[in-house]
Amino acid sequence: MGLAKRIIPCLDVDNGRVVKGVQFVDIRDAGDPVEVAKRYNEQGADEITFLDITASSDDRATTVHMVEAIASQVFIPLTVGGGIRTCEDIRRMLNAGADKVGINTAAVFNPEFVREAAQRFGSQCIVVAIDAKKVSAEGEPDKWEIFTHGGRKPTGLDAVEWAKKMVKYGAGEILLTSMDRDGTKNGFDLGVTRAISEAVHVPVIASGGVGNLDHLVDGVIEGKADAVLAASIFHFGEYSIQEAKQRMTDAGIEMRL
Amino acid sequence: MSNKSMSETKRSTVAVIDYGMGNLHSVAKALEHAADENTDVIVTSDPAAIDAADRVLLPGVGAIRDCIGEMHNAGLVPSIRKAMTEKPFLAICVGIQSLMSHSEENGGVDCLNHFQGNALFFGEHHKDHDGSKLKVPHMGWNQVKHTINHPLWAGIPDNARFYFVHSFYVVPENKNEVAGTCDYGLEFCVAIARDNVFAVQFHPEKSHKDGLQLYKNFLNWDGKP
Repeated sequence: MGLAKRIIPCLDVDNGRVVKGVQFVDIRDAGDPVEVAKRYNEQGADEITFLDITASSDDRATTVHMVEAIASQVFIPLTVGGGIRTCEDIRRMLNAGADKVGINTAAVFNPEFVREAAQRFGSQCIVVAIDAKKVSAEGEPDKWEIFTHGGRKPTGLDAVEWAKKMVKYGAGEILLTSMDRDGTKNGFDLGVTRAISEAVHVPVIASGGVGNLDHLVDGVIEGKADAVLAASIFHFGEYSIQEAKQRMTDAGIEMRL
Repeated sequence: MSNKSMSETKRSTVAVIDYGMGNLHSVAKALEHAADENTDVIVTSDPAAIDAADRVLLPGVGAIRDCIGEMHNAGLVPSIRKAMTEKPFLAICVGIQSLMSHSEENGGVDCLNHFQGNALFFGEHHKDHDGSKLKVPHMGWNQVKHTINHPLWAGIPDNARFYFVHSFYVVPENKNEVAGTCDYGLEFCVAIARDNVFAVQFHPEKSHKDGLQLYKNFLNWDGKP
């Protein structure tokens, strides 16, 4: 008996629609974000992540309205990420009903922003999103690097060291996405998940690569993740949240049923 | 008094205190969702509106120094203290910590001292009973054990899961004031009750059906234990 592991469906939202691209290219429409969020809420999702992947910042107002609409009807935690660059961006999202914000690229270019945000709003609402790729060759010790711009630009930053630094600066949670696995349905990169989860004292959410329910189990048991995030396996009706929770419970993982 | 006004149902107001720390949208929306048609939910930083309300909810998000600082800067402390002496009052998350004597957060901050006791840090090397590592903040859905019967627990199963996000936990000196506990490496207080004041560490507005039930109970509560 104790704290449950979490299942977090992720809504990647582009121009007001939930989409899911394979490696960010072939984008499929999965519906209206508010309706999708309500469906996952009814199915027993533990949280929802709303990721604004609209390229331009013109539609920030649309995002705020959608976050308000979701937060008015869905009474579980909501994390909003994408384009969070200033404390004013954070305040706007929290006031719209977000509980946490995800900071990604802005943290890479200005780590002090994470410190400032955590001091102002509290670590509990600051999620630092890390996009990592394996850069070690076969036979070499494992090494993962931080990439930006949807996995296209290397930064030279070691992923495990970066995670530790972000926690020291005030991140309350790490959302770790494997850019090698994202969209592949081959399962999480368990190596980097475990390395980071064991290196930091804050919760780690595993993301990128879920193709079936056993991948979720592996993320918690082998990857030591505190929460697992997935998108497409839920969006297109392959599996429900209940089925996922049941599979994890059967594997001996404590879940909120 | 005319017959007409006699037949009108009395309206009731619940004031959600806005001291500039965010998160009020979710709290207000959850209250509206739980409320009947005769209840008005207002989000306010006006001391007079808080004084005039039938019920008061003190939310909390963020770091304790800013919370207490903003309450003082906005001139809200007298109205908060007054409300705690006379009407149903509910504090949530950092709200519960702000009612204690002192918090360890931000290098140590004196709080409102309505409940005697402190808010303590879990620590960065928090461990479970078996010695395994526990993450801090305590984030996610954990079970809440009722340690007393209280109108705010009505219709909520014992050990139901509520959503938590916090790194500090309260330790009231008077154990009789503990209304609920949770286990995370140690058993700690997650709900305090005294007279017309109830305070919880978790977020009812993020705790799905059981959280909404707690808000419903608060809106129906006459302030008696």
